[in-house]
Formats: sequence, C-alpha cells, structure tokens
Amino acid sequence: MSGFRTLRMSEVSRRFGTTTALDRLDLTIEGGEFVALLGPSGCGKSTALNCLAGLLPLTGGGIWLDDERIDGLPPEKRGFGMVFQNYALFPHLTVRKNVGFGLAIRGVPKPELTRRVDEALALVELADQAAKLPGRLSGGQQQRVAIARAIVIRPRLVLMDEPLSNLDAKLRLQMRTEIRRLHQSLGLTTVYVTHDQEEALALADRIVVLRGGVVEQIGTPEEVYAQPRNTYVAGFMGYRNLLELPVTGREGGRVTLAEPGLRLTGVARDRSAGATAVAAIRPDDFTAGRGAANPLTVTVEVAEFHGRETAVEGVTESGRVVHVRVPERVRPGEKIELSVPPDRVLVFGDGDHPPRPGAAGAG
Amino acid sequence: MAAEGAARLGMRHRLAERGIDRVLLLLVPAVLVVAALFLYPMLYGVGLSLQPRAGGGPFANYLAFFRDSYQSGTIWKTMRLALPAALINVGASVPIAYRLRGRFRGRRLLTAILVLPVTLGTVLVADGLLRYLGPKGWFNRVLLDLHLVDEPVRLIYNYWGVLFSLLITGFPFAFLLVLSYMSGIDPTLERAAATLGAGPWRRVRHVTLPLLAPGLATTFILAFVLAFSVFPSANLVGEPANETRVMAIAAYQAAFEKYDYSMASTIAVLMGVAELLVVALVLVWRGRFYTGTTGGKGS
Repeated sequence: MSGFRTLRMSEVSRRFGTTTALDRLDLTIEGGEFVALLGPSGCGKSTALNCLAGLLPLTGGGIWLDDERIDGLPPEKRGFGMVFQNYALFPHLTVRKNVGFGLAIRGVPKPELTRRVDEALALVELADQAAKLPGRLSGGQQQRVAIARAIVIRPRLVLMDEPLSNLDAKLRLQMRTEIRRLHQSLGLTTVYVTHDQEEALALADRIVVLRGGVVEQIGTPEEVYAQPRNTYVAGFMGYRNLLELPVTGREGGRVTLAEPGLRLTGVARDRSAGATAVAAIRPDDFTAGRGAANPLTVTVEVAEFHGRETAVEGVTESGRVVHVRVPERVRPGEKIELSVPPDRVLVFGDGDHPPRPGAAGAG
Repeated sequence: MAAEGAARLGMRHRLAERGIDRVLLLLVPAVLVVAALFLYPMLYGVGLSLQPRAGGGPFANYLAFFRDSYQSGTIWKTMRLALPAALINVGASVPIAYRLRGRFRGRRLLTAILVLPVTLGTVLVADGLLRYLGPKGWFNRVLLDLHLVDEPVRLIYNYWGVLFSLLITGFPFAFLLVLSYMSGIDPTLERAAATLGAGPWRRVRHVTLPLLAPGLATTFILAFVLAFSVFPSANLVGEPANETRVMAIAAYQAAFEKYDYSMASTIAVLMGVAELLVVALVLVWRGRFYTGTTGGKGS
C-alpha cells in the first residue's frame, strides 16, 4: 500500500510472434509523477501499460519498484489500480459493490470498507448513485466509478488506458480536469495511455512519445511541444506542415530551404547535412501580412470558420499544400500574404525515416 | 386516390398510437401454424387424457397412474436419469468452455471434436456403448487386464448405460450453449478483477460465474428437457422393464401395447407437468441473478 520512490522499466520488450510490440523500453518514473504514454494505435503504449499491470508477460527486460523486481508478479499481487478504456465495470454489481470490490477481496473489515467506499464515491461525486447498477449510469458516471474503484484500494500506481476515448468532446474535457484534480489532491503516481496529444500535454508531468514499440522522445510537455526531436514527434505535436525542401544554405544554427516560389529559413534541430530537409511549422505560427522573415503567398482552397480564427488549407506558389490559421475571414480562391518567424520553423534532416533503435529522450 | 392514401396513413397512425403495428399481422400465418401443429394436438391430448377408456370420471386415469407404483415410479426413474445427466453436462461444459473461450490455435478443431456427437444418432451411440462398455468390450478388458476388477463391471442394460448415452448425446448441446454464453462475457472484466487483487479462483467465483449463471440455468433447462424425453437409449442400453422404465416408455406401452390412448395421453401430460415443475424451479433460481448485458461480443 505504501508509495515508492522510483518505478524502473529496464529494456522492457514484448513480442507477439514475429512482431515486436514494445522494443527495449527504458523508463524511470518518480513517485507521485504523472506520465503519459503517447502515440497512435499500434505504437506499443497499451502493451507497455499491460506489461506494467501484469496482464501481459514480458518477453524481455524487467520492472523494478525501488529494489523489488515485480515483472514476475501476477496482476493481483502488484497492488496497482487500473482504469480500462471500456471501464470494465462489473455489470452485476452495484456501484457501491464495484468500488468496494478490491477492498472486499483484501478482506478489509466492513466498517472501514463502507467508510472508504463512501469517501471514494464522494470524491468522484457519485454518492447518490451508489445503489445503481453500472448499466443505469451515463458514460461519464461509469468512468468516474471506474476511477473510484481503482483509487479506493490506495494503489501504489494508477494505470489508465485511454480512459476518456469513449466520451463525447465536452465530457472529455470535464473528465480531463477531474483526473488532473484527483492527481493534484491525492498525488497518486499515474501512468496514462492516450493517442491524444492535447490530453497528454494537459495532464502529464512527463510525456513518452512512442512509435512502433520504440521511444521517440521523453520530456516534459513543454519540451516535447516546443522542441520535438524529429518530424514524427513534431507531426504528433501539431506541426501540421512538414515540408521537405532542398537545402540551399546553412549558417550557424540556421538552415535555409528553398524551391522556386518558396523560401524558408529556420532553426536546425539536428546535425544532419543532407541535400534536403523538412521544415516543420505549426498552422498558428504563421502571421498574416507580408513580413520581412519568410514571406509567402498562399491561395486559399478550403477555409473553415473556427470562431476566433479561420483554418485555411491553401497552396503556395510552388504548389505545396500548407495549413494556416489566420485571424480574418477569408474565402476560397483568395490570395493571402503570410510570414513566419524563423525561430518557429524547425528544420529536421531526418525526413520521416524509420525510428532509430534506442532513441532515448532528454527526460 | 390521394384522399384514400391519407385515410390509410391516418389509420396506421391511429393504430400506432395504440401501440399496434400493422406489420404484426405478418405473424398471423406463423400463429396459425403453431396453433394447428402444436396447440391443437396438445389440447386434444389433454382432452383425451380426461376421457378414460374404462370410465370413472375425468381424472380416473390420473388417479390410476399415481395409485400404481409401477406407473408412478417412472417419474422418479426419469428424474433420476435426466437431472444428473443435465447437471453433469452443464457442469462439465463450464470448465471446458472457460478454457476454450479465448482465441488460440486449434480451437476450431477442438470445438468440432467436442461437438461431433451431435451428428451421431442415439441408436448409433447406443450401439457403440453396447460394444465399448459390454462385458467383452474394451473398457472392461482394460480393467480386467489391469486387475482392477475381478469380473466385468455391468455398465449396460442398466441405469449406467442410459446415463452414459445421455451424457454423450447431450454434452455437445450444453457445451455449445455454455461456450456462447461464456464468449459473451467481456474478458476485460476478469482483468479488472485481477488488478483489484482477485486471484484466478476468485475472478471466476465473483465475476465470471455470476454473469454466467443465467446462461447456465437456460442451458440446464434445455439439457434437462432433452434428457427427460429419453426413449431409444432407455430401451437399447437400459433395462426398460425395470430400472430405466422412463415415462416415455410407459406412455409408449400404454399407446402401442395396450392401445389405451387416453392413458398414454395422461402420461404424456404428466411428463410435461413434471418438466414444467423443474423448469419453473430453475427459472426462479435464475431470477436471482443479474441478466443484463455482459459486455462481451456483440454488445
């Protein structure tokens, strides 16, 4: 029941037949930390979580809680709480019995069990639903029961497997705040799996970006957001424009890329010296109007009204498709003048190459 | 034309407001067929049972049945076969289906082998049992050669032969049903129970079995009804004159040996009543369980 100082995953691997779902994952989690595993489906994030939970045996590596090796323990001996994507509430038990399940299994005496279940239900604001069966609750309520059930056992570690992906957009935001609030007030060490970078950025103290079972980057939300290590992470972090262009000049940390009708100067993010490189730019880093730095003209093809701004899909004079957000309302066919500050253009030499093995992060 | 269409539409709406859907009329042919092929013969049989051949009031046959222990004993003899057969078939299906519910190599083949006896007729199974379990059959020869017994064990032409036959022919039905109920339970539920500290046995005890119970009750009812009407094997591998003189045999003898159709109908009606009693008891037990969705496939 007690906490721990560090949870260490060392070269954790999991193969299914010939496919490697998780390849030598090294990750150290401090007690009290909120870590998000981020990546698209098939990147190995759920595999990593199931390995942590003990629901999936490792095919290589080990997991240590402080000095105790736990990867051989069955899930029931690990004392971790898990929230499943489909909630996995016991449909035949009331909300109260669901939340009390872990305590009853542990043989916690009745008065204490009742008190702790009441506390947990109050924490997720479901005290008035205690007598209902899960099937009678809304999706958001079911999700809160699942969270209460996982935390009432005072787990050493809370594992969450895409807990918000089955909720509608409004509820998702609400529950996201709830989860963050719970973490702030209870300080439970949490590993959270998601494919939604916004969720990861909003919730986590540290983000682990995965691709094909390999870590692409580990860092704080700020680091991963502002300094993605490669185009893959950049693409995941909202750098929607990934333009591969010929390199025409390098000067200090600056690289200039150009083709007829388009010329971009940006910050080099790696030491590669190839003939082409990829410029990564966020749609909202463009500024309207012809500036001195990186001017470009874009013909609007699709314009989506988003209230405060307009999301534009347009074409440069050189025929490249770019995604831009501009403050004014524009119409398809219009030409708009834009510029983008060079420090907001990240230049990667890697293109979209396969991940390098053992690419560890600067966490 | 237009007015007529509007009137029709109005009619449909008015009916719909009273909860009547005209499409339900499509059920009429099916209802007629059921009435003609099932309801009428059944009511006819009940009527027949109330008209004893020897007279003596409408219930004379029923009284005669219960006064004659050779007749009334058939109820117990049938129960003694059908209840254990159904119980064993359902009980044996649970662990096997539990192991087979996941996806693994060879699952289809194994399921096919387990279900194969469905395709064998009762008579074929009876014939096989006579050879296999007979005094000179493999089973007894092995026991004799291993010196486990001094003389062949009698497993045919008695209660055991019929029970074995019921187990062989009834198991595939019970297994298929239990397997489908088992597959309907979301495997994540047991994983959730595991993360909450429940070991393998407690996961089964507190999660899987309670969710499976209604399905087991339904399976038991079907297996029981199937076994209760046992007839060919009771004749072929049983002792139809005594130990395995089940109700179906009594009814058959009344109808086709004594040509007393009224008495035969009486026995048939009592067979139905006996089955309904057991079914009702099981349904009451089933009612104590949660019977909603179990989150598995197709939910």
